Amino acid sequence: MDKFTVLESVAAPLRIINVDTDMIIPKQYLKTIKRTGLGRGLFSEMRYREDGSENPDFVLNQPAYRNAKILIAGDNFGCGSSREHAPWALLDFGIRCVISTSFADIFYNNCFQNGILPIKVSPEDLEKLFDDASRGSNATLTVDLEAQEIRGPDGGRIHFEIDPFKKHCMLNGLDGIGLTMEKAPAIDAFEKKLSERAWA
Amino acid sequence: MAKARTLYDKIWDDHVVDRQDDGTCLLYIDRHLVHEVTSPQAFEGLRAAGRKVRQPHKTLAVVDHNVPTSDRSQGIEDPESATQVATLAQNAKEFGVEYYNELDTRQGIVHVVGPEQGFTLPGMTIVCGDSHTSTHGAFGSLAHGIGTSEVEHVLATQTLIQKKAKNFRVTVDGKLPAGVTAKDIILSIIGETGTAGGTGHVMEYAGEAIRALSMEGRMTVCNMAIEGGARAGMIAPDEKTYAYLKDRPKSPKGEAWDAAVRYWDSLRTDEGAFFDTEIRLDAANLPPIVTWGTSPEDVISVAGVVPNPDDIQDENKRLSKWRALEYMGLKPGTKITDITLDRVFIGSCTNGRIEDLRAVAKVVEGKRVHEAVNAMIVPGSGIVKMQAEAEGLDKIFKAAGFDWREPGCSMCLAMNADRLAPGERCASTSNRNFEGRQGFKGRTHLVSPAMAAAAAIAGRFVDIRTFG
Repeated sequence: MDKFTVLESVAAPLRIINVDTDMIIPKQYLKTIKRTGLGRGLFSEMRYREDGSENPDFVLNQPAYRNAKILIAGDNFGCGSSREHAPWALLDFGIRCVISTSFADIFYNNCFQNGILPIKVSPEDLEKLFDDASRGSNATLTVDLEAQEIRGPDGGRIHFEIDPFKKHCMLNGLDGIGLTMEKAPAIDAFEKKLSERAWA
Repeated sequence: MAKARTLYDKIWDDHVVDRQDDGTCLLYIDRHLVHEVTSPQAFEGLRAAGRKVRQPHKTLAVVDHNVPTSDRSQGIEDPESATQVATLAQNAKEFGVEYYNELDTRQGIVHVVGPEQGFTLPGMTIVCGDSHTSTHGAFGSLAHGIGTSEVEHVLATQTLIQKKAKNFRVTVDGKLPAGVTAKDIILSIIGETGTAGGTGHVMEYAGEAIRALSMEGRMTVCNMAIEGGARAGMIAPDEKTYAYLKDRPKSPKGEAWDAAVRYWDSLRTDEGAFFDTEIRLDAANLPPIVTWGTSPEDVISVAGVVPNPDDIQDENKRLSKWRALEYMGLKPGTKITDITLDRVFIGSCTNGRIEDLRAVAKVVEGKRVHEAVNAMIVPGSGIVKMQAEAEGLDKIFKAAGFDWREPGCSMCLAMNADRLAPGERCASTSNRNFEGRQGFKGRTHLVSPAMAAAAAIAGRFVDIRTFG
């Protein structure tokens, strides 16, 4: 997993609430047995028209946002299906950070597994960020994970909260399985105790 | 005296392997269900790192999302689906995991199969790379969906890195009116809390109306906990739970069963235990529900009309609900019973169990599916299918003009050939009415099995309370 330290980019505004993971990556793209190559399916039902051509109205098709690494979206982003294909698609497209007022739990966890930083901000701050983002390539945001801060184009600063353990793993690009493997003796001990329960 | 604890607190406490100072825990996982869509990359990860499955016998694999619901003895036509199914078969073999293939009678939707086999038991931690894993909470287990990286983590270590969620209790008092079902309870709850209301919480369902539900009904309720934002839903185990599980193939037997029941009996929320959030609903006031929009929170009584988004204060929410109405091709003020249908889908991990099929049979016996409607019934598992056929339900369905199919996830998420055409409108017993969920530009209304059955006959929504 790539480390996440400081990210500077144009931010794309997606003013929709309850963006579900079916919307982020529709099921026809889930038939892959790989983690890569899903970027072309990102938001495909909004991004492409029925004939397969790009929908020019969709934010990520507009010239200013084609290379956006930050996505700003409405409340409850990533709800629905647990598919990790959603963060895989975002990552493959180039998105490394999503900012919203809230995220669905499973999606939120899945982001950290893939080096994507989901940031929760207040509704007022989200409105400010939507405004910044609407200025397109004239406005870039800087996301500083160490400082837990979003810096706007006009010098504004927004502080955000993040779980310290998740922050540590992101800053250092740590793999959860590797960390847990170091605790194998504790798992062994737990399983020994568990064996007293014949049904378990 | 020991601190009063919730059902969730108790199961959590019993599974903590390790706890860091910041509260991050390593949680032991008792049961891991695996399906073909969210597991290939996890097994590939194990292979790349030279890791094994730590506890193969605590892992059960079944194919469900991709399988066609037509005759599959000739193989799977779609090459990508076929590859995904073959990959699961190969991975199960290589890593020593029990696997039910598409021709096995025990095959079905993973959340129907787990309980049916007695793989799902009270007090256990159960995970699967599938958000509807919350279903298993109906047995008083802590069950939730995980992503593929976490699937790999559980395969390798039989644990998950977790922080404890908050406690949320929904109490449903009183008795349900005739024609109102478990599906209407959970849709009403989601209508009340909103689709993000349960975020960060585990939701326990309690009260007289919940206790009165069958295990099938309880599974329907817990299945959709995730649609209200709660990763896990749960209901304390009781005599009904034990009666359902007794003598299932993987349930404990003899003395082990007795010891298990003694432990399970301790799995009740203590008097005075703390809940961060509580809500109460009166079952007597609940109507049959139909969703009108593209989020499961968009609920309305069948006796109501499509709401007007202009009544919503919040701008982002108002715009989103207008977008939903445009997608659904509906206008504010339209009576729900004036909405006509092209398709009816009965099945899914929400409502694809034997009790659901019996409810449908009761409504459609001796009647005919409306000429404008294409209606399909997809049993949740091979065992449900066999049971339905033993009871003669398939004959009732076929005589009424329903398409009776092979088990799988089918048109709940339309990964196989079962899907809506653009613009088609469907009454569905599944769990999600998201844009494109049942097919590109398809329009989904979530309802109970009885309501879907009545809609198939009438060609439009009808109030099951007065339908006859």
